[in-house]
Amino acid sequence: MMKETQQIMGMPVTIMWTDDLQDSAIIERAFDRFRDIDATYSPFVATSEVSKINREELQEHAYSNEMRHIIALAEQTTRETDGYFNVWHNGVFDPSGIVKGWAIQEAAKLLATETDNFYVEVGGDIEVAGQSTAKNPWTIGVRNPFNRMENIAIVQLEKGGIATSGTAIRGHHIYNPLNDQYRLDDIVSLTVIAANIIDADRMATAAFAMGAVGIQFIESLPGYEGYMVDREWRVTMTTHWQDYEVRAT
Amino acid sequence: MIKKIILAAFVVITFVIYSLHQRGGDGSAVAHITSNTAPATQTPSATNSSSASTVSYKDGSYTGSTADAYYGYIQVKAIISGGKLTDVEFLQYPNDRGTSIEINSQAMPLLKQQALQVQSAHVDGVSGASDTSQAFMESLGSALQQAQA
Repeated sequence: MMKETQQIMGMPVTIMWTDDLQDSAIIERAFDRFRDIDATYSPFVATSEVSKINREELQEHAYSNEMRHIIALAEQTTRETDGYFNVWHNGVFDPSGIVKGWAIQEAAKLLATETDNFYVEVGGDIEVAGQSTAKNPWTIGVRNPFNRMENIAIVQLEKGGIATSGTAIRGHHIYNPLNDQYRLDDIVSLTVIAANIIDADRMATAAFAMGAVGIQFIESLPGYEGYMVDREWRVTMTTHWQDYEVRAT
Repeated sequence: MIKKIILAAFVVITFVIYSLHQRGGDGSAVAHITSNTAPATQTPSATNSSSASTVSYKDGSYTGSTADAYYGYIQVKAIISGGKLTDVEFLQYPNDRGTSIEINSQAMPLLKQQALQVQSAHVDGVSGASDTSQAFMESLGSALQQAQA
C-alpha cells in the first residue's frame, strides 16, 4: 500500500493506493485537482470565484458550470435538511460545507480511472474504494472526540464515504442556521457513513447542527448510518452501523 | 507527560499549517513559532525564508484567554522577543476524564446506545473533527492581540 500526504486547503490531504499504477502521474493530478478547487472555492483566497461572488463582482449568469453544480447541491441539501444546511451565513456565501466532499469525490473519480483500490482523505473526511490489502477492505477509525490519540470505533468500508462533524471545526463553521443562539454543546461528534463522501459530509454537517435529534435524522435516511457521541460520553448509533464495525479491542 | 508533548506538538504543527494557509505563506511573524513543551516542532524552517515581518509585536509575555477544547481547557502564554513570537507555553492542558463516565440508560427507539469504548487495532485512516487546534488558536490569538502595538 502506497501513501502520499500534501498540505492543501490548510489541511492534510492524503491519498493511499494499493496497486502498481500504469500512469503514476494520476496521483499528482489528483492533488492538483484539490489545488485547483481550493483556488476557485476558497473564501480565504481573494481571487477565488467565491470571493468574487461575495464582492458582487460576478453576476449569476457568469458563474461557471461547476459553481452552478455546487450551488444546486447546496440548495438540494438545504431542502433535504429542512434548512439545517445552508451555504449562506449572514449574507456571506461560503460553500465549504459542500466543496470539501465534492473535492474528495472529484479526486476519487480521477483515481478510479487508474485503479479500483484507493483512499482519499481531507482532514478526517474519507472516500474509499476496493481494498487496502489483498484481503482487507479499508479500515477506518472513528476518533475519540475527547482524546484525539484514541479511536472509539473501527469500521471497514469497501465503497463509500465517511465524514465526522464536531464542534468548533476550523472556526465554528458549524452552527444551527435556524437559531444562532443555540449552542451545540450536547453533541460532541457525529460520524456518518454514506454511499459517497459528498452525501456523508453534507448530512453529517446538517445532522450535527440538529443537535441530539440529528442521529434520528440519519436513521431516517436510507443508505446512511451514523455514530453520535454526546458530552456525557454516550454513544448512540443507527440500527445498522454495527454492520460496518470491526471489533478488535 | 508523553501525551502532553504529543498534544502540544500537534496543536503547534496544526497552527503553523493553519496560519500559513490563512496568510498565504507570506512568512509572518507567527510562523516563527517554537514551544518549550514540544521541542520536536522547533523548526518549521520552510516558513523562515521570506520573513517580511509584516506584524510587529511588543516584547514581553502575554497570557491568552482560556479556550474550551471540549474535553478540557487550553490556555497559552505567548512570549514576544525582538518583535516576534518566539515561544508558546501551555498553562493549561485538557485532561482525560475517562474515570468519571456517567451512563444514562435512556435509550432511543431503534438506536443502540452504549458508553464510549476505546478500540485499539490497526487502521488505515481516521475520521474525526479537529477542535484542539481551534482552542489553541483562540487562546494564542487573544495573547497576540494584547501584544500588538
